[in-house]
Amino acid sequence: MSTTDETTSGGEGLAATATEAAALEIRNLDARYGQIQVLRNLTFTVNPGEVVVILGANGAGKTTTLRAICGMVTTSGSIILDGQDMRGKDTAEIVRRGVAHVPQGRGTFPELSVLDNLHLGAYVRRDRKAIEEDIARWFEVFPRLAERKSQAAGSLSGGEQQMLAVARAMMSRPKVLLLDEPSLGLAPLIIEDLFNRFSEINQETNTTMLIVEQNANLALDLASRGYVLESGQIVLEGTSDELRTNEGVREAYLGA
Amino acid sequence: MQLFLQRVFDGLNNGAVYAVVAIALVLIFKATTLVNFAQASMAMFGTYLVWMFVTQQHWGIWFAIAVAMAISAVAGAAIERVLIRPFDPTDHLPLVMITFGLAAILEAIAGWKWGLEFHKFPSPFPSAPGDYIGIGGARLRYETIGTLLMMLAMIGVVFLILNKTKIGLAFRAVSSTLESSRLVGVKVGATLMFGWALAAALGTLGGAMVARQTNLEPAFMAKLVIFSFAAAVLGGLDSIGGAVIGAFIVAMIQSLLVGYAQQIPGLHWMKSNYSLVIAFVVILVVLLFKPEGLFGTKRIERV
Repeated sequence: MSTTDETTSGGEGLAATATEAAALEIRNLDARYGQIQVLRNLTFTVNPGEVVVILGANGAGKTTTLRAICGMVTTSGSIILDGQDMRGKDTAEIVRRGVAHVPQGRGTFPELSVLDNLHLGAYVRRDRKAIEEDIARWFEVFPRLAERKSQAAGSLSGGEQQMLAVARAMMSRPKVLLLDEPSLGLAPLIIEDLFNRFSEINQETNTTMLIVEQNANLALDLASRGYVLESGQIVLEGTSDELRTNEGVREAYLGA
Repeated sequence: MQLFLQRVFDGLNNGAVYAVVAIALVLIFKATTLVNFAQASMAMFGTYLVWMFVTQQHWGIWFAIAVAMAISAVAGAAIERVLIRPFDPTDHLPLVMITFGLAAILEAIAGWKWGLEFHKFPSPFPSAPGDYIGIGGARLRYETIGTLLMMLAMIGVVFLILNKTKIGLAFRAVSSTLESSRLVGVKVGATLMFGWALAAALGTLGGAMVARQTNLEPAFMAKLVIFSFAAAVLGGLDSIGGAVIGAFIVAMIQSLLVGYAQQIPGLHWMKSNYSLVIAFVVILVVLLFKPEGLFGTKRIERV
């Protein structure tokens, strides 16, 4: 399944600027809930096909960052997707333009069947035949979902629900996939399996991923780069290797 | 036996009517967890349109019903857009007050435009004195059969819309989880508008089914909707099948309990005008002992 068909094909020589090549570029993003400012002057980029992780303590603004990209939080600044500013657009429009978000708590429809959930994932698409093909394809990737396709999503185990959430998100053939704490509440073995799948999905579909994760070890294995968020500001950025060896990151997030 | 059958047939007739309106209530409740207290008045208004088309324009009853349903659908959509959408959907009190206000306004307009007196309403089904099938001496009227068939057709149509169309899928998504719906690109506002349009059209259909039996006046649906509400609560408020079964249970209780009250020791004081009380007792008992109803979803807070 090919999702990003116009990534960096031009190369640096042809692309006008480096920013134009970014899949997602966040510039001077501020967000607030009432009086409380949650994000301050956030600036970062995610390149096409790249997996980027955002690390940070509880309340640092990680979830808000993802929600802001989806237009679910009032913000100022710019959120540039494929060269177009998405800030101020409504969520449905942003999804149409190629962002898929797997929120904390999965974002599935517990009362609806697995199949209905997948069809809803493809809600913004019109290519009916290709949708059926994609469903078959995700059933191959997650055979557990195929076995339970008529069951209510809410009756699945936590791991199965997370698989469904990811498959649902991929059904929109997103350019950028946002994952919010996908490991939350899952057993270690299941988490490991899930992260392997993320890696496979990234390689096979070339989908750009921005992931927020408490489990920094796993997330840094998956990602090529990362940002560390503290009180709504980016305090550190680097490649996964750089972050892994950083003293502050080791103490705060890797338990070393 | 004859009397028993007659009471069962009466129950079937009323059950079908309660069910039609209960389905409209459930549709709105499913999507918004809001009880639309204007449902009865909206249906009443639509029924007056049917009456006007038939008596003044001399249209056929079914054509008049179809046109009135279409007008009701547009009006229902407009009500959602203008009166409901601007308000915070999670804050129910203002919304409930709006539906109450809308009910009052519609009833006032109907009273002013069409008067407070009772109007005879044309029957959509054969309703001459001889139009019945005799079973065991009891009369199963063609009207009852027609209303039942109409209700079944309506359930079929609603089921097809919800389960086989894209807007139906969106509607079920919005009924399930608002935030997830937004995240898959469903336009929540437009979807709710569709729900209101559908509910308004169904309400008008229900009104037109029953108006011959009750006669038409500005409050004729308000009396009936209590039974539909009891049916919906009993069925679980978010279950269409539950609402239909609830409607027949309420109608049967009403018809049999009131009918046999004289023979039941201690109940001989109960007269037919107590049936409204029965509806309230049903609502009260269900809310006290089984708030999710017979077939409703038990709400589980997910972390």
